[in-house]
Amino acid sequence: MTPLERNDRLIRIGLLMIALSAISILAIITVFIFEQGTPIMFKYGLKSFLLGRDWYPTEQSFGLLPMIVGSLMVTAGALIIGVPLGLASAIFLTEFSHRRLTRILKPVIELLAGIPSVVYGFIGLMFLVPFIRENFGGPGLSVLAASIILGIMILPTVISIAIDSIRAVPDSYREGSIALGATKWQTVRLVVLPAARSGIVAGIILGMGRAIGETMAVIMVAGNAANIPDSILAPVRTLTSNIALEMAYAGGEHREALFATGVILFIIIMILNTLANVTTARQRRK
Amino acid sequence: MRQAEEKPEHRPGSGEKFPFFPLFKFSSGSIIFILLVALLLFPSCRQGKSGHTIVVAGSTSIQPFADKWAEVFMEKRHGVVVDVQGGGSSAGIQAVRTGAADIGMSSRELRDDEKELYEIEVARDGLAIIVHPGNPVDSLTIEEVKSIFIGEITTWEKFTGQKKAITVVVREEGSGTRGAFQEMVMGKSRISRKAIVQDSNGTVREIVSRDPNAIGFISLGLVNESVKALALNGVKPTEEAILNREYRLVRPFLFLTKEAPSGLVKEFIDFVLSEEIQELIHKEGLIPVRPITRSGG
Amino acid sequence: MSLRLKLKPKTEQKIIQVILYSFTSIAVLVLVFILVVILKNGLPQLSLEFLTRNPVDMGREGGILSTIVATIFLTLIALLVATPLGVGTAIFLTEYTTESWITRVIRFGAECLAGIPSIIFGLFGFILFVNKLKFGWSMLSGGLTLAFMVLPTIIRTSEEAIKAVPEAYRLVSFSLGSTRWQMVTRVVLPSALPGIVTGIILSVGRSIGETAAVIFTAGSALRLPTSVFSSARTMSVHFYIMAKEGISMPKAYGTAAVLVISILLINVTTYYLMEKYIRRKK
Repeated sequence: MTPLERNDRLIRIGLLMIALSAISILAIITVFIFEQGTPIMFKYGLKSFLLGRDWYPTEQSFGLLPMIVGSLMVTAGALIIGVPLGLASAIFLTEFSHRRLTRILKPVIELLAGIPSVVYGFIGLMFLVPFIRENFGGPGLSVLAASIILGIMILPTVISIAIDSIRAVPDSYREGSIALGATKWQTVRLVVLPAARSGIVAGIILGMGRAIGETMAVIMVAGNAANIPDSILAPVRTLTSNIALEMAYAGGEHREALFATGVILFIIIMILNTLANVTTARQRRK
Repeated sequence: MRQAEEKPEHRPGSGEKFPFFPLFKFSSGSIIFILLVALLLFPSCRQGKSGHTIVVAGSTSIQPFADKWAEVFMEKRHGVVVDVQGGGSSAGIQAVRTGAADIGMSSRELRDDEKELYEIEVARDGLAIIVHPGNPVDSLTIEEVKSIFIGEITTWEKFTGQKKAITVVVREEGSGTRGAFQEMVMGKSRISRKAIVQDSNGTVREIVSRDPNAIGFISLGLVNESVKALALNGVKPTEEAILNREYRLVRPFLFLTKEAPSGLVKEFIDFVLSEEIQELIHKEGLIPVRPITRSGG
Repeated sequence: MSLRLKLKPKTEQKIIQVILYSFTSIAVLVLVFILVVILKNGLPQLSLEFLTRNPVDMGREGGILSTIVATIFLTLIALLVATPLGVGTAIFLTEYTTESWITRVIRFGAECLAGIPSIIFGLFGFILFVNKLKFGWSMLSGGLTLAFMVLPTIIRTSEEAIKAVPEAYRLVSFSLGSTRWQMVTRVVLPSALPGIVTGIILSVGRSIGETAAVIFTAGSALRLPTSVFSSARTMSVHFYIMAKEGISMPKAYGTAAVLVISILLINVTTYYLMEKYIRRKK
């Protein structure tokens, strides 16, 4: 082996070590969160954590059901608001508008993806919450407020990925459809959207991940009552806000219960990630 | 992972053999730089902890006030740093026990198993029940307050005649303010699950000041014109009423140390107990105290 | 559905067009509204004094200097750790190996890491750096936590940038007798540099805007940080606390404006670089 070759081998091993950093970090995070969070779940029983409705952690009552339901409700709400708006915008910008308009608006929308979540939360607190309180009743801090804010937050993600995947559909598909006498909308609905489907779905899943993982904006507008909401005007607490709200003070089992919250959040996110990976992989294969 | 992080250090060695691409020179150089900086700072920081820095940690009810006391103290004593952290009463007690903090701040009485710490009462604080300034209610009984927070009384009808739903705003589990409220008002009863939860006194005040139907509790020292503090059993939360114990929702602001205060720590505590700061305490709506030092076993 | 069947295709298209148009307008207007509100209320607050004075009285008075300094240093620490790791990973994935289970595991790790919510990073950083390694609430803990958070972004963009370097460059380099490492450092990295920088700038944006992961690892001390072991409050955390507790709305708007402007500038730069170097090559 020449010195040069040996050097190259050393470099390769060094780079491999570095390359394994991402997966090791993931492993360390997983180990830490589970190590801190699972013992208490088994001590009091998985059932009492997942199905308990009472969250009084200083009195050993650790029901996380309200937060699990809360996270799911708010995320569903975000999708109900964000997906139609986002998809419509993407379709409009790719198929129905002037090229020049698209060339201006797409970057603008993508730039807005960088606005920090606290800013969204703040706008929600200043404008949306009082609006809901005065016009629909309730405290304003509510499922509705959180859903709308999250829906707006995921818009840039949904729009920009949907635009990319709609653009990736070859023009020959459209030309063929138009040649057969279809209107533009028929073409979009019957040809373009089905072809771009898995990309759009991946974008939606990404947006969903962002919504379910968002913390600060939700704390600001959701009201954080640890109770299963009985209407969309009632306050709600998500898994993420449960952690962030109480972490500062928690000690002993209370803190462990917050890590248990993290474990459940982690599992939900991992399921979503795998789903997203599978869908994008399917698209790549196409 | 550690191996991976250390790897870049070795690059300059191999870099002598080949003239490398500038990015790498830059990044390996800067890594060495940051390591050096870290090494330089590390001992100085350690030193500083005993010499010129006091770490004060604990109750977020005391934190905003302590921040100000520290600000004034640092103006007087150049070169001294007082690092004020939140974390909550329990975390503060824990921090002073483990030595992570020189002074712990607690806004609740110590439990029996915590009594080995030295406690110095630096101020007293009333707990105010607050509503929107436009709310016609001026006074409630403690029992009524309790029923509202349990969730038995859900509208303002009984008090104002208007059938408006009450928005109950509370602090989160584990907070000293919530602990004090639980102990002094709720007793064994639980606060309703439906209550809105916020993680600081300021946020509770902010929400109550915006929602005409809201009720909440915050530190009396933080009450301002944006909210109205209710009288309890007809007694207004004034300084007089607190001093002669007519207003019952009062808690101590404690400074805790592991050993009898000495050196800079003692200097800071004495400073807080000095006339100047006690006057400042008074101005900010807290109740000043005479020093009571107890030493435990 | 049944309604759609009865409509003439042309009418249907007209209706759909109106719907699409109005939805798009709503989406764009809402996003622009947020920007306008922040800038309209925040810009009047900005002055040299606001940027160069420390906060006084919890931020009611004074400026935001200490939070700007904290933000810059935290971001620097994050990048100094994440860049070598991220670029190294990308080099390994593209130049030093072929597709195998190892690359799949590495990519899977990076993708999962990208999907983990910031609050989980915060929890993790709090336990590992603040508690176990005893760094306390400090810029070091915060910076390392952020480094882990932005690592996937740097890996992905660097990988894309390196892949975009034409294969011919490599062949020429090899044919001139260079080793792989020489080829990577002298040929591939220089031409992939703009793309790599894009990823780094993108990470800067993310670090600046992050709140949840930072508040539990770097703490929220308002003082000007003096060492990597000082607790510090970044602009985002400062804004969060000021806005939520209603400490001072004008100052909160001012902070938000600085935050938003710096992130927009960063994103515009990234966008420009991407357009110029990456997308064009494809």
